[in-house]
Amino acid sequence: MAGIAVSTTINGDAVEYLCQPDEPLLDVLRDRLGLTGAKEGCGTGDCGACSIILDDRLVCSCLVLGAEAQGRRIETVEGMAHGETLHPLQQKFLEHAALQCGICTPGFLIAAKDLLAKNPDPSEEEIRFGLAGNLCRCTGYDKIVRAVQDAAHVMKQA
Amino acid sequence: MNFDPRYANRNFASVGTRPIRPDGIDKVTGRARYGADFNMAGQLVGRVLRSPHAHAKIRKIDTSKAEKLQGVKAVITAADLPDLTDGDAAMYDILDNCMARAKALYDGHAVAAVAAIDARTARQALKLIEIDYEVLPHVTDVDEAMRHHAPLINDTIFTEGLEEKPAKPSNVTKRSQFGHGDVHAGFGAADFIVERSFRTEQTHQGYIEPHACVASVNLDGTAELWVCTQGHFVYRQHCAQLLGLEASKLRVTSSEIGGGFGGKTHVWAEPVALALSRKAGRPVKLVMTRDEVFRASGPTSATSIDVRIGARKDGTITAAEATLRYSSGPYAGSWAEIGAMTAFACYKLDNVRTVGYEVLVNRPKTAAYRAPSAPMAAFAVESAVDELAKEIGIDPVDFRIKNAAQEGTRSSYGPVYGPIGIGPTLEAVKNHPHMKAPLKQNQGRGMACGFWFNFGGQTCVDLNIGMDGSVSLAVGTVDVGGSRASLSLVAAEELGIDYSQLKAIVADTASLGYNDMTDGSRGTFSSSMATISAARNAIKILRDRAAQMWDIPVEDVIWEQGHAVAKGDNYGNLGKLSLKEIAAQSGKTGGPIAGHSELVADGAGVSFATHICDVEVDPETGATRVIRYTVVQDAGKAVHPTYVEGQYQGGAAQGIGWALNEEYIYGKDGRLQNAGFLDYRIPVCSDLPMIDTQILEIPNPNHPYGVRGVGETSIVPPLAAIANAVSNAAGVRMTHIPMSPPRILAAIEAEREG
Repeated sequence: MAGIAVSTTINGDAVEYLCQPDEPLLDVLRDRLGLTGAKEGCGTGDCGACSIILDDRLVCSCLVLGAEAQGRRIETVEGMAHGETLHPLQQKFLEHAALQCGICTPGFLIAAKDLLAKNPDPSEEEIRFGLAGNLCRCTGYDKIVRAVQDAAHVMKQA
Repeated sequence: MNFDPRYANRNFASVGTRPIRPDGIDKVTGRARYGADFNMAGQLVGRVLRSPHAHAKIRKIDTSKAEKLQGVKAVITAADLPDLTDGDAAMYDILDNCMARAKALYDGHAVAAVAAIDARTARQALKLIEIDYEVLPHVTDVDEAMRHHAPLINDTIFTEGLEEKPAKPSNVTKRSQFGHGDVHAGFGAADFIVERSFRTEQTHQGYIEPHACVASVNLDGTAELWVCTQGHFVYRQHCAQLLGLEASKLRVTSSEIGGGFGGKTHVWAEPVALALSRKAGRPVKLVMTRDEVFRASGPTSATSIDVRIGARKDGTITAAEATLRYSSGPYAGSWAEIGAMTAFACYKLDNVRTVGYEVLVNRPKTAAYRAPSAPMAAFAVESAVDELAKEIGIDPVDFRIKNAAQEGTRSSYGPVYGPIGIGPTLEAVKNHPHMKAPLKQNQGRGMACGFWFNFGGQTCVDLNIGMDGSVSLAVGTVDVGGSRASLSLVAAEELGIDYSQLKAIVADTASLGYNDMTDGSRGTFSSSMATISAARNAIKILRDRAAQMWDIPVEDVIWEQGHAVAKGDNYGNLGKLSLKEIAAQSGKTGGPIAGHSELVADGAGVSFATHICDVEVDPETGATRVIRYTVVQDAGKAVHPTYVEGQYQGGAAQGIGWALNEEYIYGKDGRLQNAGFLDYRIPVCSDLPMIDTQILEIPNPNHPYGVRGVGETSIVPPLAAIANAVSNAAGVRMTHIPMSPPRILAAIEAEREG
């Protein structure tokens, strides 16, 4: 089957690839482009481990087709740090030990980044509902919520 | 001098601090490599065909069409995994579970597998495999499976543990019994007796990372396996035995692991991937889908438990007994036995008896799940304890304090306790502000206790000192929750250097001696003991090198705060030599400096916790919200307190999911109806409150720093604590977990109707 040619932007870089019509964007990122930061926890949009930002919208990349990325902007966890400087969310996740196994962490970081872009000063409840599409089985979410609160505080002062 | 593991009080410099974990940066930047994040040149995609039937004879498998499909490189069935287990029944069960032989024993049981050039081709090939099944009657319920007329799952099994071998085969594989004293007399002395039956449904560990591996078998008989596992040395043994490989020629590398909780302690897909690779002559990557994870991996037991406890008016328990039935999937297990051991472990009892029955059902092979079997037993016992306190008219915390086990108590499962934390956790709960906080309408508070044994086991550590004075620590226990951080702290402590001078890694099976898997909360306990031993061995060498540099006897050199110090008045002008200074000269003083340790870590030190929970129950819908939660647990010495808190919080959250929502739902056809995260709903962020923690540190006498395991105990009390809270809020005793809205509504209505 012939592949579909796609031109897109990933973490600010122009990227081109060929994909099959039924190929999820998650598979393109992981298997064709080597961007394995996004994880497949379910493949059905229930766990959020594959979260990316597509044209300023938080999506599960397992539910987007690779072909749909044509002409759009993709942000993944690999693009969060700037050079040697971590994004405040990354730094606060480390400081608060907001990860144990870490498999859900890329998805949480992307979802939290999207949340804070839209609501720079969220309440605890807004954080909890804002991150309700991401599953974590290790932490009980306590330290994740605190890390996001702390990062929001730091980002407001920046 | 041999290593002395006994506890000695000391002031800690590194242990007890909260630095950033060494693997953290990779995990927040997406660089950490998990099971599915690894690839090899020429790699194929493996996929597994699974039985749609709960119980069926496999008459014939025709793979010829699949083999002819363009791009298919190998198709395997049980015939490609011949039985090499040589009478090892447990390994035979693992083999049969990896690939069904004569019968498919549950919905999701693997029956064939393919390796193809891409996922699409592999999926097409599965559809071309033709299987002739003879569908057999099935049973998925633990109580029904025990009935005489129940479909027989394995007609070669006769119940073990009975006085006489039974005449007929049975789905009950084993009976076990624990206890002491005279239960009959004990109940005779009771003023109050509570007797209740409880049920818990089957849950899954729910790790977010599906099982994944890359297997590569070479023509020369060597092989490599990259895999997410809790124990790569154990996986090596299993795979080598099942594939007929020499263990030392199979190199297993553990990837970062995206959660395990006991579910990644034995092999499922790995022997299949190796068999595919062997047949295809190319590396094979095999990753389970979420549907496969639910249908074919994990889960825990479903249970049915009867409890009877008697007490005098003054609140002294006079007798306690329980009958515990645990499902083990279609293969023999020891899950009820563990439940029977843990059930009354919190209490000081003169008369106690527990009986466990292991029950076969047509469900996936039961796997360990965080303090396996203990949460269900604790649910039943702690619910009955609460009810009994109410009947006597005594505060439930005081009732437990009065009957709590102590140092010197003979436990209900046999051993006599050393210093333990049940009493202190109860006292801490009694004095906790949470217990005094006001409650609103429809809200209730519950508390409960929990116990877990903790494991030790075979452990091996290498500690290598570089010429620049930096230290690499190679451990063999997989890091499932931050153990590289805690082990680095321990090495820094013992060597007297800064945490930042160390880097800990998990070594592969070719680079380090055998290690048991990370289970039983043993990772930090066991590997820290080996790390201390390895560091002490390295210090012996460092002292020797310093003595050479100074040209004085080694006996006159001591190790203090990361430095060799010459002791005695004669050496007043020698100053000190840092680890870095000694390392810099190592090429001239005898070569590389390292410390190794191989030991069996004994004396893990039992663990106790007490939890407090507030819930609000909506009487119209039966929906329950946890509004406040507090965990109090004895950690021994908390090496990295933040990650200890994390273990407490994570276990509590899993317990909340189990208590309120999670369950395997089977249809009449014996098929799992909710094999996905949409319908098997684990707690999300908006379901939970903050989870408060209080760490008690009662030193374990069998560890140099007093460390105990901390990972598992936190899931033991929640089912009971929440059930007690819901029962108090709804005004009706809840006896069936999970307490989903329909069950709570039904209980409220039944109570109203009397």
